Amino acid sequence: MSELLLEATGVRKHYGAVAALRDASVAVRPGEIHALMGANGAGKSTLVKILTGAVRPDAGDIVLRGQRRAVHSPAEARRTGLVSVYQEPAIVPDLTVTENLALTETPIDAFRAQVAELGLSKLDLRRHARNLPLATLRIIDLARALAIEPDVLLLDEMTAALPADLTERVLTVIRGHRGTERSVIFISHRMLEVAGLCDRATVLREGRTVGVVEMAPGAADEIVGLMLGPAAHGGDGRATAPAGEPPGAVREESPRLAVRNLAAGRSLLDASFEIHAGEVLGLAALEGQGQDELFAVLSGQMRPDDGELRVDGTTAAFRHPADAIRAGIVLVPADRSAALLMQRSVRENIGLPGTARVGRWGMIDMGAERRRVKAAIDRLQIDTRAQSEVRRLSGGNQQKVTIARWLGAGVRTFLFFDPTRGIDIRTKQEIYQLVRELARAGAAVLLFTSELDEIPRACDRTLVMFGGRIVDEMPADRADEPTLLRAAHGLQPMAAPPAGAAAAPGGTT
Amino acid sequence: MSATAGTRDEAIERTSLRARAARFVQGDTWTIALIVIFIGLLVFTRILRPAYGLDALAIAALPVAFAAVGQAIVVISGGIDLSIGSVMALTNVTAAVLLAGSPELSVPIVLLVLLLGLVIGAINGTLVVLSRVPDIVVTLAMLFVWAGAALLVLGTPGGGSVPWLREITSGYLGIPLVPKALIVLLVVVGAIWIPLRRSRLGLSIYAIGSDRLAAFRSGVDVARTKIVAYSLTGLFAALGGLALTASTGIGTPIPGPYLLLSVAAVVLGGVSLAGGRGGLLGPIVGIYILGLIRADLTFLGMEPGLSTVVQGVIMVAVVMVGAYLTLRRQAA
Repeated sequence: MSELLLEATGVRKHYGAVAALRDASVAVRPGEIHALMGANGAGKSTLVKILTGAVRPDAGDIVLRGQRRAVHSPAEARRTGLVSVYQEPAIVPDLTVTENLALTETPIDAFRAQVAELGLSKLDLRRHARNLPLATLRIIDLARALAIEPDVLLLDEMTAALPADLTERVLTVIRGHRGTERSVIFISHRMLEVAGLCDRATVLREGRTVGVVEMAPGAADEIVGLMLGPAAHGGDGRATAPAGEPPGAVREESPRLAVRNLAAGRSLLDASFEIHAGEVLGLAALEGQGQDELFAVLSGQMRPDDGELRVDGTTAAFRHPADAIRAGIVLVPADRSAALLMQRSVRENIGLPGTARVGRWGMIDMGAERRRVKAAIDRLQIDTRAQSEVRRLSGGNQQKVTIARWLGAGVRTFLFFDPTRGIDIRTKQEIYQLVRELARAGAAVLLFTSELDEIPRACDRTLVMFGGRIVDEMPADRADEPTLLRAAHGLQPMAAPPAGAAAAPGGTT
Repeated sequence: MSATAGTRDEAIERTSLRARAARFVQGDTWTIALIVIFIGLLVFTRILRPAYGLDALAIAALPVAFAAVGQAIVVISGGIDLSIGSVMALTNVTAAVLLAGSPELSVPIVLLVLLLGLVIGAINGTLVVLSRVPDIVVTLAMLFVWAGAALLVLGTPGGGSVPWLREITSGYLGIPLVPKALIVLLVVVGAIWIPLRRSRLGLSIYAIGSDRLAAFRSGVDVARTKIVAYSLTGLFAALGGLALTASTGIGTPIPGPYLLLSVAAVVLGGVSLAGGRGGLLGPIVGIYILGLIRADLTFLGMEPGLSTVVQGVIMVAVVMVGAYLTLRRQAA
């Protein structure tokens, strides 16, 4: 065991009433590659920020090489030998590479050596960071960190969005730390990478450290088990709720929305699927697996680089969200403020898509609008005590307004992107119900959610995305949390559930 | 730091002069285009009015040029200083009052006024950092504070100056092509900016304007850098105020149109209002161009109202062409 290089114990951090970390600890030995694992919201990123001085903890000790440290800024963390490389490179875009190095007081020759080792020996240091591709910036960021030979190197999703050859280089360089005096804390959603690279893993759940796992065959399953916790593991029976009618019965000739080999941006590589009328299709994915790009393409905010999009059997190319809306496809985003005019009234917000259809110089038929708005409010049971400004409504009621505005507008396809983020449990239920009702009325729904337990509640069928691709598809009643989480980490299905059918196409019978 | 700077300087020295010139042309296309426009305008002016002297232009432009430099620094750091005209007025009247009282102490007085500008800038910056209110709001409020302070110092135009202030800024140095006011401007700005630009502090000013989070994570003290940027702006505003004292010989408590001119020059000079991009040479040339255009329109006999409209149109056109060229270059 010898002595520890870095030890954090009893770390607590509250943001107002919300506890981000309740009791987190992590202990790193010298020469170790240590994974930090946890589901979304488990507190990983907060712990990282505390270790690197970007955030101050409410309580807890951080001990580096046997000395207690209070780290107040990234600069201070750097001086004490703790350097981090974040998901978004900490490179200033308007400075050249050389100037960026000067900013962090990094020795240039050591940097050059590291960059060459990472496979970018031809890098021109006089170029502005703005003009370099993201993968190069991440390599520069890593090389800059390696160049000062930190005691503890903290890598947060370092390999995400790196091409395969560079990933291999990076992993090789990281492996080189094993058995030295220095250590690496490695954070990644890619379980296979973690299993292949790390010595031990600390698992966080709901702000607590719930276990430390030695890497050995089978460790990945143990880690997933710890991430889920005891409640979800036993199968608590709620997973059987996907109510309603078999959607297969009312299938149309062509699917409402069909996507073939869609690729866009850096993260969406190849997605193919179909959504039929009357169906709720779930989408489960960890952060940054391409779902953002997928929704942006489907809602007309982004143009695909490749692939085909068909609406009701005819090829569609959206240049603007207005095109998608005209084709009857609307997006309900997680961030309500991105969809609503927060300072305007409920009536104006619900009426907006309708008024958009009025001729540019036409008058709005106020009577008709009032009736339409009232119908929508009644149907969604929106609490309208604070009607005059949408921003004074609760998050749940705001989300209802976002949905309500499309009800009268002839929309037949809904794209829900994490619609229940930050909404209380009762309103969540109402939103699930609403989603089901929309489908019953003949709408096609694509529902991405970061809360995996929502999928069996609201969906008929679900897709799983990983690394920019659809990696799995299953009927919702088989999509319990452990299965989804494993698939979302790019792992093969466990032997226990009926695994053979997991990849069967076509969804429900 | 010293070791890093050493290797960096060596790296720069290793590249030949020609390569450096090529890089300057590539990186600073906009500034070079501005210089070309300026020379074109100058030739045009000489044709219109063969007797037109560069020194008149340089003296008239000196206070605004200092303001433009100050504004450029704070804009590069991601902020904006709306109080710059008021600070110029305050330092202008302070200098005029003190110099009229005891002209024999002119050198300490000049230094004191510069210190005053630095302190005022530091106050502006500290308020922006501490209050977390947007820069534009804080400095708008301070515009009134410093303007009021200027009126308290001197209620009506008055005070005085000393001859040497006028002497170092008027006329030519040797040949009648190099106005003293231009030399003063370049020497002062160069003496402050060139060492700064090569230091970590200068990099930090660009860094916080370009990407605050990346700068913070790179170990930059964002708050301190911001205060330094505002202090420098205050210092240059004080230089502008002193230039006013020098050229007019008195103090005027009501601010001139320097705020808007400084912002116009910053935009024209290729400094991004979003921060992080641009230099100081561009805004300086921008001020000279604006001055020449105004002179030319007068020589052409255009009435003042129309000439102001034309100036605005020219500015929008130039900036639009610049934005268009930048976009095309990025697309290519």
